[in-house]
Amino acid sequence: MALLDVKNLKVEFDTNDGVIHAVRDLSYSLEKGKTLAIVGESGSGKTQGAFALMGLLPKNGRASGSVTFDGKEILNLPRNEVNKYRARRIGIIFQDPMTSLNPYLRISRQMSEVLELHKGMSHAEAVAESVRFLDAVRIPNAKNRVHMYPHEFSGGMRQRVMIAMALLCGPELLIADEPTTALDVTVQAEIIDLLVDLQEDFGTSIILITHDLGIVAGTCEDTLVMFDGRVMEYRKTEDLFANPEHPYTQGLLAAVPRLDRKVERLSTVSYEFMSQRGEA
Amino acid sequence: MSTQEPILKVRNVSVHFQIPTGGIFGGHDVLKAVKNVSFDLHAGETLGIVGESGCGKSTLSRAVIKLIEATEGESIWLGKDIFKMSPKELVGLRKDIQMVFQDPLASLNPRLTAGQIIAEPLEIHYPDVKKTERMARVVEMMEKVGLTASMINKYPHEFSGGQCQRIGIARALITRPKLIVCDEAVSALDVSVQAQVINLLMDLQKEFGVSLLFIAHDIAVVRHIAQRIMVLYFGEVVEIGEAEQVVMDPQHDYTKKLIASVPVPDPKAEMRRREERRRLRREAASAA
Repeated sequence: MALLDVKNLKVEFDTNDGVIHAVRDLSYSLEKGKTLAIVGESGSGKTQGAFALMGLLPKNGRASGSVTFDGKEILNLPRNEVNKYRARRIGIIFQDPMTSLNPYLRISRQMSEVLELHKGMSHAEAVAESVRFLDAVRIPNAKNRVHMYPHEFSGGMRQRVMIAMALLCGPELLIADEPTTALDVTVQAEIIDLLVDLQEDFGTSIILITHDLGIVAGTCEDTLVMFDGRVMEYRKTEDLFANPEHPYTQGLLAAVPRLDRKVERLSTVSYEFMSQRGEA
Repeated sequence: MSTQEPILKVRNVSVHFQIPTGGIFGGHDVLKAVKNVSFDLHAGETLGIVGESGCGKSTLSRAVIKLIEATEGESIWLGKDIFKMSPKELVGLRKDIQMVFQDPLASLNPRLTAGQIIAEPLEIHYPDVKKTERMARVVEMMEKVGLTASMINKYPHEFSGGQCQRIGIARALITRPKLIVCDEAVSALDVSVQAQVINLLMDLQKEFGVSLLFIAHDIAVVRHIAQRIMVLYFGEVVEIGEAEQVVMDPQHDYTKKLIASVPVPDPKAEMRRREERRRLRREAASAA
């Protein structure tokens, strides 16, 4: 049985200009210990699709369809029910590590809080455990750095803290929403390599949400390409890169300048497939 | 490379900032953002500047055209040192040197229409041009960058990010400059839009023969658009050379690490590169 099963997920927002259909039809399933990449450009619905299953939509958002986690329906659960899944069984890493950490609190407090709340540890135990996780995400001198404030860390180090925090309760599923977009390329590679290592060590299932097809290659087993709230292509990563079937995937792959091959002119994405479906 | 004199000769430019230490006696530390940088830029050439955030690439590009004050060095534009120019000469210089910024929406005045934004440099630098002539040139330029004349009275918020960047490019080109400084001009765009804007910049460069100083953190993008690449690291030039040579045969450790870090959309290649990165990290760890 799959760990996570998403079927016909729809996300809509009520706005003054009418209803916005962020996710029109999203289905996928993720086995235990496997990794899935959800790739799309801005506005494709990739982030809202993930937020919906954690109950993180804003007030004007509505989700419908079905999301089963470990055999139980978790979509639209009341807050006290969904809280049993958050952090404990499903961890999440957000794009911007500075705005998702509390600038007023030391890292030790922010991390130990999670363990005290969800696992009922004492403060001292929780801090010791936090240090262990900071070590695991390769933060040097974690024992002393745990008592620092977020602003005393660089962007890459902050993102490591976020990853450590998401892993604290040993979740079965980790959702990483553009975890490296705000970071330099060299730091991005370190963070992605770290996620791959942690996945191997802890056996956590990972959903990696990104706009960058490059970081997906060699990271995730399966890849799902989204556009306009719909799935364009959903296959084994290796097959998708070797032989992209959907014109949108082909367009995206060809539009990125690559270091390993030189082209005279970048090709651009053609949206003809939209009119072929009669939806342009 | 042409044997002609370069249009811009930058020699030993340094930029230091004074950072207050917060003491009551007004003490300060000196932050050396750019250290002793020299390079040449030829007519019609694109020089790419890469480096990570905080390496001084934006500071350098602004300093050489005197948008911020350089601490030392000289920047010689067609035989004349920009740092020693009078305010009047500087105004004349702005005709020849224009800029395109990173955030397409934030760099456009929200209270002006697209037409007014594009016409503004023309009004300032060529006040003699009649209004009808000016509008004709604005429309011509809008069509060149892939916008339509019917958009002339729209405001920035009515455009998409890619369209806003096209407006920014049209505004930069309207005075027919000899040099455009592109500071992360395509970094904020989606990949499909980024490809369109890169193609546009390269087409326009061919048509107008303008030189580009192209700053970006993405070395794959820079390699595509630039003939030569300069790699900055902590304010210093660690490597400068032909784009192909820098990418294929990097000399400095930082350039090697940078190139090994760029994701390649090919699962097998990416596995090999991960191994290469692990090896580089182990080496760095054992050296430390």
